[in-house]
This record gives sequence, C-alpha cells and structure tokens, in this order.
Amino acid sequence: MTTKPETSTATDYVLQARNVAVYYGGFRAVKDIDLDIPRHQITALIGPSGSGKSTLLRCFNRMNDLVTGSSVVGKITFNGADIYDHAVDPTEVRSRIGMVFQKPNPFPKSIFANVAFGLKINGFQGDLQEGVERSLKAAALWDDVKDRLHDSAQKLSGGQQQRLCIARALAVEPEVILMDEPASALDPISTLKIEELMRDLSANYTIVIVTHNMQQAARVSDRTAFMTMDEDRAGYLVEIGPTQEMFTNPRNERTEAYITGRFG
Amino acid sequence: MEPTNNMERGPALQASLGRRRKGEITERVAHGLFLAAALVSVATTVGIVLTLFVQSVGFFSEVSPWEFLTGTEWSPILKDENGARHYGVLPLVAGTMLVAVIAAALAIPTGVGIAIFLSEYAPDRVRKVLKPAIEVLAGIPTVVYGYFALTFVTPILRSIFPELIFFNALSAGLVMGLMIVPMISSLSEDAMVAVPRSLRQAAYALGATRFEVALRVVFPAALSGIVASFILAISRAIGETMLVTIAAGATPRMTLNPFESIQTMTAFIVQVSLGEAPRGSLEYNTLFAVGLLLFFMTLVMNVIGSITVRRFRESY
Ligand SMILES: Nc1ncnc2c1ncn2[C@@H]1O[C@H](COP(=O)(O)OP(=O)(O)O)[C@@H](O)[C@H]1O
Ligand SMILES: [Mg+2]
Repeated sequence: MTTKPETSTATDYVLQARNVAVYYGGFRAVKDIDLDIPRHQITALIGPSGSGKSTLLRCFNRMNDLVTGSSVVGKITFNGADIYDHAVDPTEVRSRIGMVFQKPNPFPKSIFANVAFGLKINGFQGDLQEGVERSLKAAALWDDVKDRLHDSAQKLSGGQQQRLCIARALAVEPEVILMDEPASALDPISTLKIEELMRDLSANYTIVIVTHNMQQAARVSDRTAFMTMDEDRAGYLVEIGPTQEMFTNPRNERTEAYITGRFG
Repeated sequence: MEPTNNMERGPALQASLGRRRKGEITERVAHGLFLAAALVSVATTVGIVLTLFVQSVGFFSEVSPWEFLTGTEWSPILKDENGARHYGVLPLVAGTMLVAVIAAALAIPTGVGIAIFLSEYAPDRVRKVLKPAIEVLAGIPTVVYGYFALTFVTPILRSIFPELIFFNALSAGLVMGLMIVPMISSLSEDAMVAVPRSLRQAAYALGATRFEVALRVVFPAALSGIVASFILAISRAIGETMLVTIAAGATPRMTLNPFESIQTMTAFIVQVSLGEAPRGSLEYNTLFAVGLLLFFMTLVMNVIGSITVRRFRESY
C-alpha cells in the first residue's frame, strides 16, 4: 500500500454531519443528525430497520443525489470542506469516499476489469496491472484469484465477490469506505473474513459500516452510533460512543433496550 | 391418496383434491394448445422452405447455382442487345445490401443514441411520452414510407446533389433507416432498462459520470440485447419490399454507388409476381431462386447474430 500523505486539518474527524435531515419527497427519513467520524477508525451505525442508517450513509458520498425527489439539508463536511457546496462535483466526492453495498454487485466483466474500472474512469496514469494487483492484495483476494484474473467475476463465491467489490473500491484510493451491511448476504466464514479485512483496512482507511448484527458491531468497530425513530418514522441519532462502552454501559435506555433485546 | 382416515377433514380435502384434478385437465388442454400453436409455426416455416426448394429445382435445372451466385449481370426477363438473358444474382444482392447498409448506418447510431437517452438520461415524464411516440413510427405502413422517400426525401436530396437519379438507393436507404430506428431504439432500451440498478450504483459509487455509467456499464451489460436489435432491424431492412419497390428503382445494377438507381431482391420478386411470366416458366421460377437466397441471407444473419450475442454476453 502506498501511504497517503497525512492531511493536516485542525480536527481528527474526516466526516462531520451537522443538523442533517433527508427527505424523500415530502417524507422526512432522518432528522437532527450530528455525527463525527474519526479518521482511521471504524464507526458502526446500528439501529432498527427503517431508522435511516442507509439513508444517512448515502449522504456521505452523495449517493442520495441519484434518488429522484430526495433532498439533503444541513451540512456535511469532508476534511472540513462542505461536500454539498454548489462548486463540488459529486463524482469527485464519490471517488474520495468509496462505498460497498449489501449485495455483492460486481460488474459482469472479468475480475481484472472490475478492479480496473475505477482506475480507468478516474484517469489513472500508472501501470494498470500493478494497480489491480495492489488493490486485490489489499482486499485479501489476490491469492484466490491471481491465476484467473480474466475469468468472469460472476464465477466467484459470494464472499469473494464482496471482497472483489472492496478491492474495486480500494483501487480508486479513497480515504473513506462506506459499507452498508456488507456481510448480511454472506455465510459466517465469509463474514469473518470481511470483518478481519475491515480491521486490516482501518490502519489506512476510515470506515463507516451499517450493520444490523450487534455481534458484528461489537467485534469490528471502534465506535458505535445508535439510531432509532419515533411515530413520525424520521430516524435520529440516539447516542454515539466507544463501542466497548456502548455495549457494556449504554447511557441511553433505548440503546440499552435495543442492544439487550438484540443480544438476548 | 384417498383421505379416508380423517373424517372431519375428509370432504374438504376431497373437494380440494377434486379441484386439483380439474386444474390438471386445464393444464393438459393448455399444454396441448400451446404445443399445437408452436407446431403450426414450425410447420409453416418448414412449408415455406420446402416450397422455395421445390420450386427452385426447376430454375436450377436450367441455370447452374454457380452462374446464379457469381454472375454479375441480371436480366432474366428482358434479353440484352445480343439476345441473351443473364442469371447472375449479384446485382440484386448488391442493391439489397446497399440499401440495408445505408439504413443501418443511419439507424444504428440514432437508435442506440435514443435508447441511451431514454434509459439513462430522460426523466420518467419525458420517457413516458417519447417512447410511444417513437414506436408509432414502426406502425406506419411501408407504402407510406415509400412515397415519403419518393416525394419528399428524394427532391430534397436532389437539391443538394443535382447528379442524383430520381429513383435511387440513397433516399430509399435513408428512409428505410428511419423506419427501423424504432425497432433498434425500443429493443435496445428494453435491454438497457433490464440492467440491474445495483450495477449502475456500483459505478456511480466509484465516481463514474452518467455518461461513463451508460457507456461502460449499461451498454456492455445490455450488448446482447442491443446486437439482437441490430440483427432484427437489418433482417427487416433486407426483407422490406414496398419502400424499395417504390423509391429505389427497378434497375439491377452491380454498383455500390448510392446515387444510382438499383433493384433489390425483394423488388425483383414483386416485379415478377406482378408481371406476365407464365407459371412454371424459367422467368417465373427465378422468383423462387431469389426468394431462397433471401431466406438464406436472413438465416445467416440470424445465426451470426446469435453467435455474436453469445460471444459478447455479459450475464448478470
Ligand atoms: N429511495 C427511497 N425512496 C423513498 N423512501 C425511501 C427510500 N430509501 C429509503 N426510504 C425510506 O426511508 C426510511 C429509512 O430507510 P433506510 O435508510 O433504508 O433505513 P435502514 O437502512 O435503517 O433500514 C424508510 O422509511 C424507507 O422507507
Ligand atoms: Mg439499510
């Protein structure tokens, strides 16, 4: 891995959300979000289904822009810069903040072409072969696929496909990787491999993961944020703190109820 | 299978079993009907091919297939100045291909462009209006296209290219292209819309622009459907009759010059069918020889098409 030059900002936070709300048409899906994502740590977003975890995650790389009728209000900064500023190109945001989806979604192309895709569209100048190899190694997939780089990605197992999607995201050299339930479609062994990979990646990347799996949040994350919603179905952040504390000693009773309910 | 043991549930169960048997009969009847429908179309195809073959035998007993397929002069009805007739079909093939190539050159980029616009760019409101509007073009009778070419497009072309003959391949080809655009745009759009959203999202999340998503993800993933639309449209162009009969002329000519008057295979068939060549005569039988060749050409197109489709398939 090439080590990125340390960006010197006043704060240690890569992403910061201030008073963020998201609307789908007239429906407010999340509200009042204040959230800081510390650099080179894994932040887990947990909470009941429909509490807006995916919605909030998609705000960080402007993927919500692609949903017709959606709007984001409030302020989200990346290294201190407002990513919703009019002068900002959303494609630039997305190449700096990568995303991995719930269901592995490799392109129906070769393994090589999948990883090379992001390099090509982002005007990569170096050796394509080298870039692909580096990304596959970083995603712990190189040994599995080095002899069949030109086979279809569809031939890989689900877990391998998901690691390919991670490699594909890494190739673009983002600073942040957003993961929306990246292991929920995988078997337990593949899940553990993904979690292990996340721990490795957190040395160089900032990771935000949405998960409905408490154990996973507890195993993998440094910090955990709990979201829920009331009758108006607008999701909001209840509390955020070091994962250890959240699971052993939650401050808020709703957090405690949710965690114990889900663990018990 | 009789539910005798449980007295309480017995009648109900029996009733439902009875229903199942009735359902089975429906299934069988439906199966039979669908099979019959399939057999009818297979039988029709076989019948057509047999007719073409049998009728061509008369022709090929007098003209060698070699002469037919390689000859560059076609005058089976009228004798030339030396009093000879010529049975080389290549001028008709050249005319047919010339018109088809002009049509494809116009229709493929236009159709694919429209498909990309409709599937990747147009907002829902626009698509809902535009798509049926374009498909209406496909429903216009071909005779209308013929006169449109002859009385509208040809005069415009002649004001640009004064050397253009009145009946010409260019005008017929361009209007033919217009005619097959909806086929390409509609089928290609269907193929592109069918590409899963998750693939588009993957590309956007890597920083792709809308154009890159359309060209590098959606287009290749839909390629088999898109190529299939080309094949269908070109087969249609090769087989189309009325438009070329009206606008392209009746001069079998070994040329690839679009400014000239030509004759296509289909237009020739029309000419013979409407003429007074007696049934069973050599003149009359040329019709089936040309028809048979036309059949093989479209068959080959379709075979090449399905091979291409399989080769380029990105299955998702
Ligand atoms: N594309 C969308 N259009 C309209 N409503 C949406 C869309 N995506 C999510 N929602 C709504 O927003 C709310 C939050 O959804 P989501 O962010 O998917 O929650 P979570 O990931 O926590 O399950 C839900 O009520 C959901 O129905
Ligand atoms: Mg979700």
